[in-house]
Amino acid sequence: MGAVYILWLRELKRYLRSHAQIVASLGQPLLYLLALGFGLGPVFQRSGNGSYLQFVAPGVIGMTVLFTSIFSGIGLLWDRQFGFLKETLVAPVPRLTVVLGKTLGGVTVALIQGTLVVVVCLAAGFRPGGILAVPRAFVYMALIALVFAGLGTAIGSRLQDMQGFQLIMNFLVMPIFFLSGALFPLEHLPKALGAVTSADPLSYGIDGLRGTLIGRTHFGLLTDFAVLCAVAVVLLSIGSYLFSKIEV
Amino acid sequence: MIRVQNLVKKFGDFAAVQDISFEVQQGEIFAFLGPNGAGKTTTIKMLTTLLRPTSGTVMLDGLDPQRHQHEARRRFGIVFQDPSLEWELTAAENMEIHGVLYHVPRKLRHERTEQLLKLFELWERRNDPVKRFSGGMKRRLEIARGFLHTPKILFLDEPTLGLDPQSRNQLWSHVKHVNETEQVTVFLTTHYMDEADRVAHRIAIIDHGKIVAQGTPAELKEQTQSDSLEGAFLALTGSSIRDESGSSTDQMRQFVKMWRK
Repeated sequence: MGAVYILWLRELKRYLRSHAQIVASLGQPLLYLLALGFGLGPVFQRSGNGSYLQFVAPGVIGMTVLFTSIFSGIGLLWDRQFGFLKETLVAPVPRLTVVLGKTLGGVTVALIQGTLVVVVCLAAGFRPGGILAVPRAFVYMALIALVFAGLGTAIGSRLQDMQGFQLIMNFLVMPIFFLSGALFPLEHLPKALGAVTSADPLSYGIDGLRGTLIGRTHFGLLTDFAVLCAVAVVLLSIGSYLFSKIEV
Repeated sequence: MIRVQNLVKKFGDFAAVQDISFEVQQGEIFAFLGPNGAGKTTTIKMLTTLLRPTSGTVMLDGLDPQRHQHEARRRFGIVFQDPSLEWELTAAENMEIHGVLYHVPRKLRHERTEQLLKLFELWERRNDPVKRFSGGMKRRLEIARGFLHTPKILFLDEPTLGLDPQSRNQLWSHVKHVNETEQVTVFLTTHYMDEADRVAHRIAIIDHGKIVAQGTPAELKEQTQSDSLEGAFLALTGSSIRDESGSSTDQMRQFVKMWRK
């Protein structure tokens, strides 16, 4: 237990001490929220879909949790390059403990970052429906964080260098975001795109956030919950397995 | 305490370690010497569960480090050749993480941290993040951290690389101290022959992945009719300079690239 705690604390301290990074990481959500929220707003309104700011805010919150959690897992690459990975690999604690501490740390950081973006959204004029909306949305934020921390760990355990990181960024992380329905409604999509979005775990996360925050869902909250739990278990298991096989 | 038999490690076509065998007794200080790229670090990685041998057997206190990874890890401590600190955190926090990971009780952890940071003259800077440390300070912190818990076997992979003579002297005195008072078995590598001569009970010399000589410092000198260990080393390994064929991680990367194609 002590090992899980100390490695969790390490992730948290790293995050809290990187003030510049915290501020910088709010830039992208803010840009999406303001440029898209207000830029596409009139078109969206005219097509009879209501306020685009209301629609896109849960997407932007989900995006933040996605990026933060997946990068915390891929952070294994930095641990490898700076060498701290070796220190944890030879320690007399089960590697599962190491993964657990790191993952919980990543999830915590993603939730803090997500909360900051919720506040930014509220400031920009986003209005969630009801007093319980935000606490309920936290459940889905946590699930998104678990799913993608697991995926990040799996990737980070295999990645050897920076070139690989760019590849993952452009061919995995960005597609997960753009094909998730964070920016557009999932209704009436072309068939192929519809199929792809249903295969993207983030779609269920965003849908869950939208369901809890503004009462609009495509798959249904229960389906979202079930799919996210299942995918989280699978990805966290794969991540832990690959981590246990690391050689340096 | 350590028994290695017919150990082989290949990265693709390149054999980093070719069929080596040796034994280290309990309470012994054993120096593993060799030119750059001879296979020292690769061997240490196989002994410390970080690399899987291609073939051969390794026994660490009667345990196979591959089959009983967790049990084996409880028995050794290691100071790595290259950095393994968390740069964003402070020196004290790095010590704390290590102490918790190695199950050192809180009170002892704090006492030892203070004692070791003072010994290696880092106590004044304990609350500074490691990223602001000089190369020598980082190195000293790695070493101090390695002594925080008392393992049965201590691996020191070129611990004095980049250290000034004062710190080197401090380190070897401390190594001798824990070896004598706590019967810690020490397995070390170094490029400084005078250090090996001064602290090691026995020495093995590895070159091109093969062990070319083993014995006490006196035996090696006698065998080569040299009056210094440096002379013996050069007589056994030749005086041509070796190309660094990269760390074993680099070799692994090469191997993975080949395999992906």
